[in-house]
Amino acid sequence: MSLPGSNFSDDVRVAVADPQLQRAMRHVKEGFIGKRAKAAARLPEFEALRDAARDIKNHTLAHLDLYLEHYEAQVTASGGHVHWCAGPTEARAVILDICRQAGARTVTKGKSMIGEEIDINAHLEAAGITPVETDLGEYIVQMRHERPSHIIAPAVHLTKDLIEADFRAQHRQFPADRSLSQVPELVDEARQVLRQRFLDADVGITGANFLVAETGSSIIVTNEGNGDLTQILPRVHIVVASLEKIVPTFEDAATLLRVLARSATGQEFSTYTTVSTGPKRPDDGDGPAAYHVVLLDNGRSDLLDGPFREILRCIRCGACINHCPVYHAIGGHAYGSVYPGPIGAVLTPALVGIEAAADLPEASTFCGRCEEVCPVRIPLPKLLRHWRERAFERRVTPRAVRAGIGLWAFFARRPALYGFATGLAARLLGAAGRRRGRFARLPLAGGWTRFRDLPAPEGRTFRNQWAARKRHRP
Amino acid sequence: MGSAQKAPSVSGDRERVLGSLRRALGRGQEAAADAAARAAVAQRIDEHRRGLIPARSQLDPAQQVALFETMACQQAATVGHVAHRDAVPAAIADYLKEANLPPRLRVAPDPALTGLPWDTQPLLEISTGRAAADDTASLTGAFAGIAETGTLMLRSGAQHPTSLNFLPDVHIVVLRAADVVGPYEEAWDRLRAHEGDGAMPRTVNFVTGPSRTADIEQTIQLGAHGPRRLHIILIDETD
Repeated sequence: MSLPGSNFSDDVRVAVADPQLQRAMRHVKEGFIGKRAKAAARLPEFEALRDAARDIKNHTLAHLDLYLEHYEAQVTASGGHVHWCAGPTEARAVILDICRQAGARTVTKGKSMIGEEIDINAHLEAAGITPVETDLGEYIVQMRHERPSHIIAPAVHLTKDLIEADFRAQHRQFPADRSLSQVPELVDEARQVLRQRFLDADVGITGANFLVAETGSSIIVTNEGNGDLTQILPRVHIVVASLEKIVPTFEDAATLLRVLARSATGQEFSTYTTVSTGPKRPDDGDGPAAYHVVLLDNGRSDLLDGPFREILRCIRCGACINHCPVYHAIGGHAYGSVYPGPIGAVLTPALVGIEAAADLPEASTFCGRCEEVCPVRIPLPKLLRHWRERAFERRVTPRAVRAGIGLWAFFARRPALYGFATGLAARLLGAAGRRRGRFARLPLAGGWTRFRDLPAPEGRTFRNQWAARKRHRP
Repeated sequence: MGSAQKAPSVSGDRERVLGSLRRALGRGQEAAADAAARAAVAQRIDEHRRGLIPARSQLDPAQQVALFETMACQQAATVGHVAHRDAVPAAIADYLKEANLPPRLRVAPDPALTGLPWDTQPLLEISTGRAAADDTASLTGAFAGIAETGTLMLRSGAQHPTSLNFLPDVHIVVLRAADVVGPYEEAWDRLRAHEGDGAMPRTVNFVTGPSRTADIEQTIQLGAHGPRRLHIILIDETD
């Protein structure tokens, strides 16, 4: 997982000025939010289920080592293999080794964020193995040599005319004068192209939404059916998953599934929820002959001890992303990391270090909508604040910001001086701005006034008014 | 392949990762606390304790079947009824004809399906086995129907190749009304009773409506990679 030479503030400027991106992002605002709200309203128990989901994850995280050991024993008993991997390097080595032993030339892939985290496609290609993304959104971004811009809607940053142009350029086997401007035509063409790829693949790689300790099973949740064709047709099925995907039982999985689709797409239940256990049985008419689970840590075990444990409850529904005003404005790519939005702003510094991702915790207005919609009630704003504190402590916050905070802290520790200084500033600014009621330009506030006016204070400070109020109404 | 294939050795990582987890969770400091944690995990897995189950699915059997049908249709499945299983071949022939589909059907090698009176439909071309790439329509049974969300539970096995659920353009499923349950939890109980505790078939598919995608401009389009149509034939017989 890398932050490819990213400069967050430059990327944000480009994103905000990109009319095509801004047009595409409207679909996020208009689609996801309303659908989730309706799905939640249709289920009276939804809020209580969120509490239950949080509790299941908390219990599991408190016993993570033990559940993983039980899970591993069950996978082995059902004829599968578990490969523990401390980091991306180890995970890639294991996957390449399995592919080589299978003599794999092409590998189909179901959507997997862990696959993105370990950048498996580039490494498969380098080894002469062709990875084929089969989720429609992933297929489109792979064709464009891009990264997914959303964890459940990888191509949400694109409009259909751009996708049409890509299909025309890439799918040369079809007549040039075919009609391809409508969504059904695009979907159908991708279906035709990918159908043969499914049939030809030697190995299928999927992610996992959940790993179930009681039976050693993996669960994937999809709408297209691509994940299923990926795992039943090839000879080998590889699951890539991170440690915290584990749940104790199918009853626990049922509770989490009840909040997952509703939070993500506003569906009552996704079209396909598939439970896989081991390789095909001797009598089975189809299915993979080998089943491997690549179990990735990549820094997560360190998060277990400390304030960021709560982020490990995440079930990757994308609701925090869908409801984030910053994400709406800049899209997923500007974050420069595998995971965008509020979850990414908390998780990325944990995976790559705050020094490499100090800008991300700043990409928040602290409006709190992410926490309001999180199905497992992760206090995302609180965790963002933790990262800002750490960035400050480790001196990675920009110097001007540090100086500003230092200045504020100097006054804040001296309440009388603070009251005097803010009172004076309010009076001076109030007098200077009285005529227009706002400032179009102000020294030291250029970052603000470049894009909007600064309102002029109209009276006394909050502290003055508070004190006066207390005097009148003791 | 299975156990015959030599797995790449990363046992070093196993101890590294587990060691890191144990340190973070404070294991090995107090024997009593460790034992309590182990007991809690063993109990949780053995108990299969149910969580909060939505009231929606707590109905009598007839209402459960009605809810199953309503929810499945909301997700773009279609549902037909027959009074007796002998009427299934005619119902399928009619369905394919009305949908203007070729009268060809790949039937799961399940005696309950292959033993149906297919000779009543001489125009219907029947074959059995796993799905082939150019199959237009498949027929399978279902282990259960789940009323809560109109979801089918399909269990892989010699009598039900999983490819039949995904490769053909049309997937037709025969479901006995007696196999409709309320919530997911009841379906798990049935499966455990069938398999024996802790054992699982290779694949269990929960299917709610036909395949779809919203990956282009959030526009929902049916038939992404899996079946374009899902048709459920409910057998209302009670025996």
